[in-house]
Formats: sequence, structure tokens, C-alpha cells
Amino acid sequence: MAHNKRPPQNVIAGRFLLPLRDSTGGEPFTLDVDFEIPGHGVTGIFGPSGSGKTTLLRCIAGLQPCENASLLVNGTCWQSPDSRDSRLAVHRRPLGYVFQQPSLFPHLTAEGNLSFARKRAAQTVTDQEFDEIVALMGIAPLLSQRPDALSGGEQQRVAIARALLVKPELLLMDEPLAALDQARKREILPYLEKLHRSLDIPILYVSHSIEEIARLADHLLLLENGRIQCAGAATELLSRTDFPVQVGDDLGVLLGAEVMDRNPEWNLMRARFGGGELWLRDSGESVGEQLRVRILARDVSLTLEEDQQSSILNRLPMCVDEVSADSDPAMVLVRLRPRNITGSEKHSCVIARITRRSSHLLELEKGTAVWAQIKSVAIVR
Amino acid sequence: MLGESDLTAIWLTLKLAGTVTLLLLILGTPLAYWLANTQSRWKGPVSAVVTLPLVLPPTVLGFYLLIFMGPAGPMGKLTESLGLGTLPFTFAGLVFASLLYSMPFVVQPIQNAIEAQGRRHAEVAATLRAGPWDRFWHITLPLAKPGIVTATVLGFAHTVGEFGVILMIGGNIPGETRVVSVQIYDHVEALEYARAHWLSAAMLVFSFTVLLALYTLQRRHAALRWRYGP
Repeated sequence: MAHNKRPPQNVIAGRFLLPLRDSTGGEPFTLDVDFEIPGHGVTGIFGPSGSGKTTLLRCIAGLQPCENASLLVNGTCWQSPDSRDSRLAVHRRPLGYVFQQPSLFPHLTAEGNLSFARKRAAQTVTDQEFDEIVALMGIAPLLSQRPDALSGGEQQRVAIARALLVKPELLLMDEPLAALDQARKREILPYLEKLHRSLDIPILYVSHSIEEIARLADHLLLLENGRIQCAGAATELLSRTDFPVQVGDDLGVLLGAEVMDRNPEWNLMRARFGGGELWLRDSGESVGEQLRVRILARDVSLTLEEDQQSSILNRLPMCVDEVSADSDPAMVLVRLRPRNITGSEKHSCVIARITRRSSHLLELEKGTAVWAQIKSVAIVR
Repeated sequence: MLGESDLTAIWLTLKLAGTVTLLLLILGTPLAYWLANTQSRWKGPVSAVVTLPLVLPPTVLGFYLLIFMGPAGPMGKLTESLGLGTLPFTFAGLVFASLLYSMPFVVQPIQNAIEAQGRRHAEVAATLRAGPWDRFWHITLPLAKPGIVTATVLGFAHTVGEFGVILMIGGNIPGETRVVSVQIYDHVEALEYARAHWLSAAMLVFSFTVLLALYTLQRRHAALRWRYGP
């Protein structure tokens, strides 16, 4: 490097400028990104179809040649525009890549696919490590099978294990669930969460599904038209009313919560978050466990008085922070914050999506005290 | 029944076809790989040259080869200066001519098989730390196996059935250049129809068996179905 500064250790910094001529005759597309993300945890790369998510991931992997680019991964230079020699070939980059389509080698069994990776790993993979990864993905019974005998979900689990067996320093996942149906997605998501919890590898996770991102991502990179719209912590970005990427009905907030007590009589539990307490369905978590819950804006309604006669369990006293326009002219988005909390204090907010007419009739404005009735809370993690 | 000269011709034919097929697999596979992957502007011209023997009358190919390998041709001068004499009317000359003549039957199935794989598997292998050679040996070639089998069978069978080119450059020397197809021609010329019958029937059964085996094999690899005209 020209300057003597030591490159930052725990960060992934990249800059890519890549004009692409579209061979299918569509609009020309330019990927123009400059980002710096934490070198740990899961970073979701989120954006609509055609926003350049996959292209960005391929650039990072080196599968897509990009001359005008620099990439620094946790202190190692993978690519720099200063000299062509500094561009590492794909097979020299310490990465694992999971493709959108399950792409096991068809001429090898599942085990053959795993061995292919294991033999080429950066460091020796011990039998114990091999068994651990196989157990993590739950594929032990599948090892002797050929890929065409496996379901899409099983193939993808083998493919993820295969990517892990090269001992990557960075795991790239390109919509690993997109080619699967809803049932298969539900089958794989828990494995991805386990992966997140048990491995200390930074993961870049491309998706256009806000649900997957909400569930998995710690950080977020929002891409639109080949440019980065914003970047930051997932909980923070996903709780903004002006979320820069159009998500429509899926707009909501992502909250961290802690289990306070379990209530076996009703199969419920109570959890505390930065804005109050919530009743949740008891899904077996222990007291004190950290949860991530998601409240969709469309599931929140507002009343001026507490409605004691309601079937809705979660009624929170809050006050209006901001009323803003929605993409739908009939609707508005109301951001709420807990009462008794001054502006500067750290707190969580909730967003309600209600009709503009209701907002007008209730005379909502900044500071109005309301009760937020939350019809459903999803535990995403 | 088959006479001794017939058996000599059959042995010579099998030796020629075996040698040519082996050499073509060694030379044709890298060429097919290059054709399947290149963006070069030479792809068109090279493909055309490789495919030329499919449409060119064998006599035309044989005629030019005769000139090319003869004492006045560039290859003839080269082989003479190396003290090898000239190639026409020798077994080596037949091998050289057959290489060109059967080239498309070997290159095209392999090229098709490699193209049908797409780039994905090679890309996946690269992300699993496999370098270019590693990918070629352990991914591209094994996945192209059905194409390589087809190429082997077609290359062999097509060389066995060669006649025009051999007559032009090889003539009719027993044990050196007189292959089965030429032997049959000789029998008919000499009005020895019974002997011509035996040899022809043997060729017919051989060709049918080979093609039957090939199509049975291809049914198992439906994605690589390969049809060839005469």
C-alpha cells in the first residue's frame, strides 16, 4: 500500500465501479458502490430485483472481473486498482460462496462434493471439524446420495456445508433460499441461524426478502439501481418510516427484547423491549434470553382511550412522534414512542400504518397520547 | 468366407481407427474446450476449418492432402528434410489424413458437452479453491464424459468407414494402406462378389451395432442428444 497506515483489521471495505453493457438490450447498468461494513456478523445486502446485489457479491468473490475496484477484508487486500497483480484470482480468495441455485457437482455424491472442498481447504479440516459441519447442517444421512436424489432444500444444505469446508474467512450467500418453496425455506432458515450463532465468520447475505433479512442480518446494506442507499445496523434501518427501499406491506420495526417470565397457563410469555412489555406466544425460550421480534406497521392500530374490552393483548401506552406520508395516498405512517421518555433517551419505537382518514379523525399530531394495539408480534429470532 | 488378405485389411483398419481416435481425443479435447469457452474472433474460422470435412467431398480433401504431403508440398518438403520420406502411400499418411477427416466427429460432441455444462460448475469449483487445471481435470472433463464417449465412438466408426480420402492418398498397398473399404472395392472390381458380400456384411453389422450402442447410451444422457447426418 502506498501509505503506511496499517489497514483496519475488523472491517470489510470495498469500492467497485463497474459499467455493464446489457447483452439483452435492456438499460445499461452501472454498479457504483463504496462501502465499509463490520468484519463480523451477518450483513444483509438488500434491495429490489435488478439492483445489483448479485453483481456486487460476484465482484467481491472475483467471479465478475472489475478493474476499477478495491477490496480489503479484515486487513487483507484482495484487490486494489493500483496494480493488476494485486487482484486475487477467485480460487485464491479465502471465501465460501453459496449460490442461488443449489449447485452441487452432479457427478459426485453429497460426500464427494464435501470432500472436493475439504481437500482444497486453506488449512487441514480435521475429522472432528468435518463431523461438526455435517451435524450443523443436519446432512449426515444424506452423504451417500447423489445430488439428483436430494430435494432442493437438502441440496442447499449440502452446498452450505461444502462452502464451509474450505474454511472461508468470508462467507458469501446469494439468495440461498430464493429457489426454494415456502416449506423448504422454513426448513433451512433454522440452519442458517445456527450457522450465524455457532461460527465466527463474517457473512454477506444477499436477499430481496425483508423477512429473511429481518431474521438473519445484524447489519444492512441497501442497494438500489447499483448504488448504496444506506447502510447501518439492521434493527435501526428496519425501524425507519422512510425506509428507502420500497417494501410496501412488509414495513415494520425490528426490536430486541428480553424474556421476563413464562406463563404456562396460557402458553404465553412476557418480554421487555425498549418501549414497554409484550405478550408473546411461548416458543420455549428461557427467561433472560434475548429475542428479536418484528412488528409490522399494518398490524398496529391506534385508539385514544385504552380499549379494555379488546381481544388484543398487547396494548401499549405511547405517543405520536411523527406522522408521515405512505406510498399509498390513502394511508399514513405513524411513528410512536413510549410515553414518559424524553427525546434524547434511548428507546425503541413502533410504527403504525393507518388510513389518512383515521389519522384526521383522531387528530393525530406530534405528542398526541395514544394506545397502540398490536395485533401480532413475530419472533424472528 | 474371409480370406487372409481380408483379415489383414480388417486388422489394418482397426489399427488405423484406434490410432486416429486416440490422437484425436488428445488433440481434440483441448480444442473443443477452447472453442466452447473462447470469445476470440478466431472462433468462427477455426470452427469452420474443423467442420469442413463434413461438407467437403472426400476426394477434394484427399486431393489437397496429396499435394500438401507430396514431394512438392510444404509438408512433403518438411518430412523429406527430416529424413522421413513423403507421407502419401504410407500408414502414417493415412493417420494424418484421417485426423483431419474425422476431426469434427470428435471435436463437436465434446464441445457441445462442455457448452451444455455452462459456466456455473467451473465457477463453483473456483470458489472452492480449485485452480484452472484442477477445474479442467476434476469438473469439466468428468461432466463432459457422455460427450467424450460419443466422440470416441463416432471418431472410431467414422475412420473405419473412410474410403475416398484413403483412395486418393493411400492407394492400395496390402498391409500398409489397403483398409476394409478399399478391399471391398477391389473385390467388386475383380467381380468377387461373394468375398465382397462377407466383408460388406461385416461392416454393416459393425456400423449398426456401434450406432445402436451410441443411441442407447445417449438415451441415458438425454440432455446431450447428438444427431449426425451422413
